[in-house]
Amino acid sequence: MKRHLLEAADLDRADATLVLDTAAQIDQALAGREVKKLPTLRGRTVVNLFYEDSTRTRISFELAAKRLSADVINFSAKGSSVSKGESLKDTALTLEAMGSDAIVVRHSASGAPHRLANWVRGSVVNAGDGTHEHPTQALLDAYTIRRRLGRLDGVRVAVVGDVLHSRVARSNVWLLTTLGAEVTLVAPPTLLPVGVGAWPVEVSYDLDAVLPKADAVMMLRVQAERMNASFFPSAREYSRRYGLDARRMAALGDDAIVMHPGPMNRGMEIAADVADSVRSTIVEQVGNGVSVRMAVLYLLLGGAPA
Amino acid sequence: MTTLIKGARVLGGEPADLLLEDGRIAAVGRRLSVTGADVVDADGLVALPGLVDLHTHLREPGREDAETVETGSRAAALGGYTAVHAMANTDPVADTAGVVEQVWRLGRQAGLVDVVPVGAVTVGLRGERLAELGAMADSAARVRVFSDDGHCVADPALMRRALEYVKALDGVVAQHAEEPRLTVGAQMNEGDRSARLGLTGWPAAAEEAVIARDVLLAQHVGARLHVCHVSTAGSVEILRWAKSRGVQVTAEVTPHHLLLTEALAESYDPVFKVNPPLRTDEDVQALRQGLADGTVDAVATDHAPHAVEDKESEWAQARPGMLGLEQALPVVVEALVETGLLDWAGVADRMSVRPAAIGRLDGHGRPVAPGEPANLLLLDPAARAAVDPAALASRSRNSPYAGRELPGRVVATFLRGEATVLDGKAVR
Repeated sequence: MKRHLLEAADLDRADATLVLDTAAQIDQALAGREVKKLPTLRGRTVVNLFYEDSTRTRISFELAAKRLSADVINFSAKGSSVSKGESLKDTALTLEAMGSDAIVVRHSASGAPHRLANWVRGSVVNAGDGTHEHPTQALLDAYTIRRRLGRLDGVRVAVVGDVLHSRVARSNVWLLTTLGAEVTLVAPPTLLPVGVGAWPVEVSYDLDAVLPKADAVMMLRVQAERMNASFFPSAREYSRRYGLDARRMAALGDDAIVMHPGPMNRGMEIAADVADSVRSTIVEQVGNGVSVRMAVLYLLLGGAPA
Repeated sequence: MTTLIKGARVLGGEPADLLLEDGRIAAVGRRLSVTGADVVDADGLVALPGLVDLHTHLREPGREDAETVETGSRAAALGGYTAVHAMANTDPVADTAGVVEQVWRLGRQAGLVDVVPVGAVTVGLRGERLAELGAMADSAARVRVFSDDGHCVADPALMRRALEYVKALDGVVAQHAEEPRLTVGAQMNEGDRSARLGLTGWPAAAEEAVIARDVLLAQHVGARLHVCHVSTAGSVEILRWAKSRGVQVTAEVTPHHLLLTEALAESYDPVFKVNPPLRTDEDVQALRQGLADGTVDAVATDHAPHAVEDKESEWAQARPGMLGLEQALPVVVEALVETGLLDWAGVADRMSVRPAAIGRLDGHGRPVAPGEPANLLLLDPAARAAVDPAALASRSRNSPYAGRELPGRVVATFLRGEATVLDGKAVR
């Protein structure tokens, strides 16, 4: 593994497989244990540096670090020196001076983790940057697909929704194709980036045409406010054309799964009965997230302390 | 004050001696000799008329921590410039006779180049109503170029009025062509790379649509239009079409758009963030071709100094803009001369003659010939050096060329016969 995890596009097949295999080993090691904790990162310090509210991702990383016995500091940009105008660089140098070994960063600006990696000696883990990438989400999605379907090679994954603004979609495009899956992006043209044609994926505007062939359907969160900028006419029209309801779910193959990175807009991109169905892996994804993030932290920090 | 330049190749021609006297070129010839003159050995050096920049941000008044008229003037002289147009987006905005005269006076005090203020088109650059263009034109600063640069005069009716109004002033509106509704939050060229990097795209159409509109307006009202920092192949096509129809339009391209591409955004290092953004290699080639065939009239630096804290940040938070004055000529040598697209006369035309004509500067952009004002530079075309931002005269360090080796070194610059640069160093 490299020193940082900045983007899924960086991971080659061997690295990505190593993360998934490590997550599987961690799951095995902890299965049935009363104390769900490994001593691997004792004495190491992981900082969760969050410039955006994201309770679920922050908690997932916090749990992952704690289960590896690392010391964890949660640094929320709100109500801190950052809200008084401290720069990302000064914050990073301050945290490092306090002895952090890894910084897990969530930021609204694409590329912020890359900037951070230039300024600190420790590891940087991208926990979501702007509309760029969210690599651990893609890793946990890949892990979930592999567990459910037994493989990734040749698996057909439909990623549906606001691809334009989605870091989850970008990370999944790179990671899943690296791992041999076939990705189809489904969205209205307004929610696909200009330049999507250069990605190693299929693109479709028609969800109904894609569903029968999909082994996994990944629904992306769509903000209803996007209609104010004319990305689509109304929430209702979006839902009718691109939402996954029970009728559409019936078009899926027998073993196909339904995924969502959360948080969901029930009734918008996904109907409640779909989210709660047996096909849904949504809760499982959350649990897998902790294992995958443990694997990432272990692989980045697992060596002897620097 | 008398200076004798020995053996300079004027526009790359045969070596000749140049005698500078009383601010003018007194003589050009073989083996001139004068007693009591300062002698400059120009063996192997190319003499060009002093460069004229149509687009410089000197930041004073308002952001003297990033640049001042004096530091920017020094950077300009080192780049071979004898005149620079100072853009209006200062704080306060140069939208009154008082502010343009202040900038003009600061330029005179520095005395390293002629600082020619650009006046804002609209009050406060807000794009709502015309600033007092006549008062700025009549002021001591003699403003002829008007621009809201940094902002587009987006309102078509207001743009039409501005184009019409400056006809009475022998002025020109220099448009920052950017349809603002198409570039909300834009960070880099829109295309394959912006899609992958997750940076909001700045579509070429946002520039081209405004240029297309404005050349039609300029034709309709019979006014002069100048287009700032043209950055796309499509813009060059529209300009070519407009010129073929006789529209009075001129255009400039920056050094960075002649050399650098959007690939540099991959680093997320905001030193490469600029507005309009770096484009594709195809655009770079079209811009070079457009400059070579004269569709694009001038090279203008868009020299945009920024304090360290405004660049050492996340990409989206950083201010757009990059330094240009000290590397403009070397970039043009690399992109146009060494590729065979322009000869030295062509360089003089695009970097001195035409920009001086667009800005209506009488004493600049003149031939290197007897009787002409002694505004000229000496270039060593054989020198190559890596750019070290710390060694620049600008107060800022945001050079996109850091570490890059570029050809050509300005050895000397003369403003009205007086050396502002000698041996590659500013005289003060």
